[in-house]
Amino acid sequence: MLGRDNVLEILRKAIEYCVADVTQAAFGIGESSLTRFANSVIHQNVSERNAGLAVKAVIGKRIGYATTNRLDERSVRAVVDRAVEFARHSRENPDFVSLPKPKPVSAVDTYDERTAACSPEERADAVAGMIAEACNVGASAAGSLSNGCHEFAVANSLGVAAYNLSSSASLTTVMSGDGGFGYADRVSQRVGDLDPIGAAVEAATRSVQSRNPESIEPGEYDVVLLPYAVSELVEALGYLGLGALAVQEGRSFMCGKFGQKITGENVTIWDDGLDLRGLPRPFDAEGVPKQRVDLIVNGVANAVVYDSYTANKEGRESTGHSTGGVGTYGPMPANLFMQSGESSIGEMIAGTKKGILVTRFHYTNVIHPVLTVITGMTRDGTFLIENGKITKSLKNLRFTDSILERLSNVELISKETKRQGWAVVPAIKARAFRFTGATEF
Amino acid sequence: MRDLTEKALERVRELGASYGDIRIVRRTSESVEVKNGKVEGLTSETDEGFGIRVIADGSWGFASSLMLEADEIERVAELAIRIARASAQVAHEPVKLAPVEPAEGRFEFGIERDPFEVPVEEKIELLLNADRIMREVPEIKVARSSMNFWRTETVFASTDGSYIEQVKTESGAGIEATAVGEGEVQKRSYPSSFGGDFAVAGYEFVEALDLAGHAERVAREAAQLLKAPQCPSDVRTLILEGSMLALQVHESCGHPIELDRVFGTEASYAGTSFLTPDKLGSFRYGSEIVNIVADATSPGGLGSFFFDDEGVPAQRIDIVKDGIFVGYLTSRETAEKLGCKSGGAMRADGWNRIPLIRMTNINLEPGDWTLDEMIEDTKHGLYAEMVGSWSIDDKRLNFQFATEIAFDIEDGSLGQMYKNPTYTGITYEFWRGCDAIANQDEWHLWGVPNCGKGEPGQAMHVGHGVAPARFQNVRIGVMEAPSEEEDA
Repeated sequence: MLGRDNVLEILRKAIEYCVADVTQAAFGIGESSLTRFANSVIHQNVSERNAGLAVKAVIGKRIGYATTNRLDERSVRAVVDRAVEFARHSRENPDFVSLPKPKPVSAVDTYDERTAACSPEERADAVAGMIAEACNVGASAAGSLSNGCHEFAVANSLGVAAYNLSSSASLTTVMSGDGGFGYADRVSQRVGDLDPIGAAVEAATRSVQSRNPESIEPGEYDVVLLPYAVSELVEALGYLGLGALAVQEGRSFMCGKFGQKITGENVTIWDDGLDLRGLPRPFDAEGVPKQRVDLIVNGVANAVVYDSYTANKEGRESTGHSTGGVGTYGPMPANLFMQSGESSIGEMIAGTKKGILVTRFHYTNVIHPVLTVITGMTRDGTFLIENGKITKSLKNLRFTDSILERLSNVELISKETKRQGWAVVPAIKARAFRFTGATEF
Repeated sequence: MRDLTEKALERVRELGASYGDIRIVRRTSESVEVKNGKVEGLTSETDEGFGIRVIADGSWGFASSLMLEADEIERVAELAIRIARASAQVAHEPVKLAPVEPAEGRFEFGIERDPFEVPVEEKIELLLNADRIMREVPEIKVARSSMNFWRTETVFASTDGSYIEQVKTESGAGIEATAVGEGEVQKRSYPSSFGGDFAVAGYEFVEALDLAGHAERVAREAAQLLKAPQCPSDVRTLILEGSMLALQVHESCGHPIELDRVFGTEASYAGTSFLTPDKLGSFRYGSEIVNIVADATSPGGLGSFFFDDEGVPAQRIDIVKDGIFVGYLTSRETAEKLGCKSGGAMRADGWNRIPLIRMTNINLEPGDWTLDEMIEDTKHGLYAEMVGSWSIDDKRLNFQFATEIAFDIEDGSLGQMYKNPTYTGITYEFWRGCDAIANQDEWHLWGVPNCGKGEPGQAMHVGHGVAPARFQNVRIGVMEAPSEEEDA
């Protein structure tokens, strides 16, 4: 670990050397390790130490950008020179106003020493425990367990200087046997929160429940979606249209809908990069502090997230959602939350006459961004619900459906939420989900 | 470099490795992106480091670092060994590798015009010209054009005695027009969607694409799509244009023939494969005219190389012969399990990733038809162009793809344009319905620079040579837009 002062010194030197009108420098350095298992043995086991320095040089309204992972003085100067050279040869961007000015950044607890120090032997022990749970039910285990730590800092010549030290840990597992599949995953800033055995028991139990799956005709069914599945829908909304650039370019489902109902009243979605229930980060890729943004409130389209470029275009403040660097995708929500309800998965099943329980989706992709139509497969535990009970395991189904339409038909929302990917979401029960195809397993 | 590689290999031998290799990789890249008349991105990247892979106590270990220094090589070698021994804590069969002849030498793909020497202004002008033409169509709200270049220099050395240096330069570009209006958002691209087309080549490849020459058509068609009717729901004859068919080959053939997937080592992430070893040599994958090869020697292919990242020479391998499934993409470890030699398909996305079995150039061999003949020969069908989106199940059976645009075929002629086209099927049923493939004149090797696989994630550059082809009894028009149903 380099530490705050050393990291900011690297940025200060790069900015000081740069002859551009305004300069931004971002620096990340870290170590990450991942132990991967399949067929109940560890088959891949890797570790990495890497770094990156990214320099954005602004001359007038012309911008150049260069990155390197070489940290010696010569390489740092070379990457600054390259960014300046590119800026000189670029064209004026009339929409560019300014890089952000400094703002106070809240302190957020994002680091755990034990997570950063987790050894290959500790990871192997945890994996061995998970494999043992699979063996107990006659299943085969696959998955991964990772840990890492990362220092990230952003500074610019207008006075921004933000630094963060973070740790991360995650595990996923798929267990299978006799045609049954079960899944579990966990993600946290603390490896101690992962509970590998709990995750293994969850996956192993579902792999047994889902054995000997039967076919069912595709069509419209009421569904109980576990948080693994709900997170795919909420995250898809995030990248499809909850960033300001998508709205400014007219390709967001939010266009022309602000203040109007776009989902059921029981759906509220927001982004909060400081909430410890998610994976918090105190500032974005431009060093702007994270703001909570209420995106959809009681079903009404309320707001989207901004970086400095899109905010300046509308004469407003960045919400701290820059994704960094260059590129045309613009700001994105990265810490999504969906409001929990009062129900439970058990109640959802008990109240369903005929429906399908979906553990998770696989390979979802967008078919129509404005109508929020996506397609994907079910995976790792799909079940038929009849008269309030799970009656059989089902072979996987393809769905093709509108997210907003489905979120307009949510009957029940669970009280319990789960941190899943970059979202914290409940389970939901929704009416008339469109399954459009089937597969052979 | 050789002193560093020898130090690494000597250290892992001392520590008890039964096998070890080191890769030192330096990658330089440049991208230029223009959007709506503005230079949105002008980026230069350099990335360098090394990775050491070992087998100790019969298990794999891998460690990597950006610091290419003697002390760091020693630390990383020791960490790789420690990680391998940790892997061995879980009971397992010892890893065995199929033999490979040691190789030595320096190998570089030739190019005509070095893209890193072409002035930035020239690149910007080329893109701005296409951008300006696209924006002359009033409905175009977002005009985007981009070009990307990569140079990858790799040194590979192994305890088997190989020392191989390779240099590869890749170039590509594309344009995209997004029209907004009528409550719709529609997009057209050239020469392919999601960034364009790419090849192992220099700047001459970008110049030959003639982006500006296609900009007006691309923009006009995007605008026309706003008013086009929704693709009908039907079962029809489907003709696929080349770049769409390239993705079909990628998803429904390329991934399921990766032998690591078949053996379950990607089960928790991307999934497994329906092409299990019991099907090898007997399973009817497609109709008799379907012949697919994995060819790492195809000139200009993004999946071409001299040696893979295990030091195995590039090869051309039959995958589907006269419709029968006959071959896999293999590594030294998986080939040993099948009792054969490696087909040389192990590649890593940089110094900090382990090699995985990756597609090379997965090519559908040309047939005897022309696209025009196929259309003339079709009574009631759909012609679909360019990738919109893609999804396929975790054994690579049930797929559903969207294309940017489609046209009715009625009595041998193209007719009505449709928006939001989709088609779906089961992989082997779809390929068994293939009854016409266009000839060598219409065959093109597409470059795909974004094939994802593995944990941590890796993006690989692969190629797909195809000519347009025809498929019978395909379900089309899966998406029934909810708002339009209500309108109807």
